[in-house]
Amino acid sequence: MSAVPVLSVDNLSVEFRTRGGIVKALERVSFTVNKGEMVAIVGESGSGKSVTAFTVMGILDAAGRVSHGTATFGGLDVLQAPEAVMRDIRGREMSMIFQNPRVALNPIRRVGDQIADVLLQHGNVTRREAPQRAIEMLARVRIPDPERRARAYPFELSGGMCQRIMIAIALSCAPKMLIADEPTTGLDVTTQAAIMDLIAELGAEQGMATLLITHDLGMAAEYCDQIVVMHAGHIVEAAPTADLFAHPRHPYTAKLIAATPKPSVRLRDLVAIPGNLPDLRAAEIASCRYSARCERRQPRCDQALPHVLGEQRNSMVACWNPL
Amino acid sequence: MLSLIGKRIVSAIPSVIGVLVVTFVLTRALPGDPAAYFAGPAATPQAIEEVRRSLGLDKTLPEQFVVYIKDLATGNLGNSIATGQPVLTEIRTRLPASLELTLYGLLVSVLIAVPLGVLAATRPGSWIDHLCRVVTTAGVSLPAFFTGLLLVYVLYYRLGWAPAPLGRLDIFYSAPTTVTGFYTIDALIEGNLEIFRAALAQLLLPVTALAVFTLAPLARMTRAAMLEVLGSDFIRTARASGLPKGKIVYGYAFRNAMLPVVTTLGMVFSFLLGANVLVEKVFSWPGIGTFAIEALVASDYAPIQGFVLTMALLYVMLNLAIDVLYIVIDPRVGFES
Repeated sequence: MSAVPVLSVDNLSVEFRTRGGIVKALERVSFTVNKGEMVAIVGESGSGKSVTAFTVMGILDAAGRVSHGTATFGGLDVLQAPEAVMRDIRGREMSMIFQNPRVALNPIRRVGDQIADVLLQHGNVTRREAPQRAIEMLARVRIPDPERRARAYPFELSGGMCQRIMIAIALSCAPKMLIADEPTTGLDVTTQAAIMDLIAELGAEQGMATLLITHDLGMAAEYCDQIVVMHAGHIVEAAPTADLFAHPRHPYTAKLIAATPKPSVRLRDLVAIPGNLPDLRAAEIASCRYSARCERRQPRCDQALPHVLGEQRNSMVACWNPL
Repeated sequence: MLSLIGKRIVSAIPSVIGVLVVTFVLTRALPGDPAAYFAGPAATPQAIEEVRRSLGLDKTLPEQFVVYIKDLATGNLGNSIATGQPVLTEIRTRLPASLELTLYGLLVSVLIAVPLGVLAATRPGSWIDHLCRVVTTAGVSLPAFFTGLLLVYVLYYRLGWAPAPLGRLDIFYSAPTTVTGFYTIDALIEGNLEIFRAALAQLLLPVTALAVFTLAPLARMTRAAMLEVLGSDFIRTARASGLPKGKIVYGYAFRNAMLPVVTTLGMVFSFLLGANVLVEKVFSWPGIGTFAIEALVASDYAPIQGFVLTMALLYVMLNLAIDVLYIVIDPRVGFES
């Protein structure tokens, strides 16, 4: 399969103005997502996963600013595109689903109408067809009794059901790419699997690219072709899933894998990663942001940005002393 | 939804009974002996006793309560000593005057405050946000009667643009035939534009005074509610779905922000009923507030009782209306029952 990049993010840096100073939330982030491929961005809370997604969608809040880099989607640099163009792309070519689906839907609007709103906005249906199309979408995301459910409000549905509605909204216009921002957070385990299966299946049907944002390495391993590991706004390692698990090269990745529950390892034998994310307000953190927590730290880790080694296609590690 | 509204209306009945009991007890607890006032200053103790018996005040409280309820059932609220008129007639002519004032005040206030709050919330830090802050601060610190006096001084006394603050209609005009009791509406029904204009001119200053007073809480609540809703997750979803800004702000955010605004509206309306008493005084408005003050000064207990009862029933109805509005706006209301 020849790789056709749907999204390619290149050297993206994003900073936030806060009362405490400028926070460099993302620094020189690069990755690509190919057609039909599912890529995971993995990292702990605050590592910049969601900021990356929001930046690409153009829905970063006002305090955030792209200070460097490009994000090319379908030949267009979405970071430079005017708001009107982006509004047309969002929901039609590039969609997003969020965590906590029960609060991510308008609480006082019927879910069928919320799907219809998006269908109407992106111009492929008439006002008369929209409700019927919304019901069809509900059926596609395997909601039983879609005619009746279309008339329900979010508070009348379970979390898993609400996430299905979110997926129906996101996929209603058959986008080229779906960004799923921790789509299973707040759902119970069996529902998590059902939701992920649904995303994978519908994605495959449409040849859609999917960017999965998660802190669950196990889930990323199960569904994704490629894994990008983020730490404190840097990409520390990226590799095809099998390679990453077979030979993690960045110490952080190795620790993450060791900290992921597996059937063969008992819970108390899981190793926590010591330390916390560094304070990103520091004027220049040009060096490795993991070094303070790292066991393989060397004197040169404090110097400049860690060297980036490109082993093969879609594979890199940002470390002076990789495994 | 209809059964929910029906249930809510039925649940207002205990409030009404409570209101009846409280009004009764409250007026009995007022200082002063009504029999002595009725009999007049020169009356002998025997004459006062005579009056007491004729008023039924010699009976026990429970007996008096039964009589009171019976009278109410037949629409008899007693007579005012000051005017000699039945209290019901007085209230029937004066209540529309007060309501017309209050409702116009509220309407003007809502028409300004809600858009102001929405614009301030969607453009934080802009000039309109600052304007909103200035207006709310000024509005809170100016009591309605003071604004009223100021308006009269500047617009009537100094500039002569507004008509004299002497009631609902200039003395050269006669009141339109009563249909609703609202002069502006009755004049329109009659098709008499001149009277309509005259009634509106009289309303202008007191309505402005009331609106300035109520603008503040409404605008502030609208702004805060909009800001909160605009920061919520489902608005982010709407943005990520590429919905246009207008649809997001007015279709999605505004309806959700309406809930706290409606609550505030109810509170503001009850403030207004209170503020009215003084504003009516400033503008010689022949409303129910003026009537109550005069009755209170004269220890005229039947009108006071009638006034308190009317106000209390208004509050009950107001709360009812607000709850019904809630049911209409928010599908979640009543779900837990």
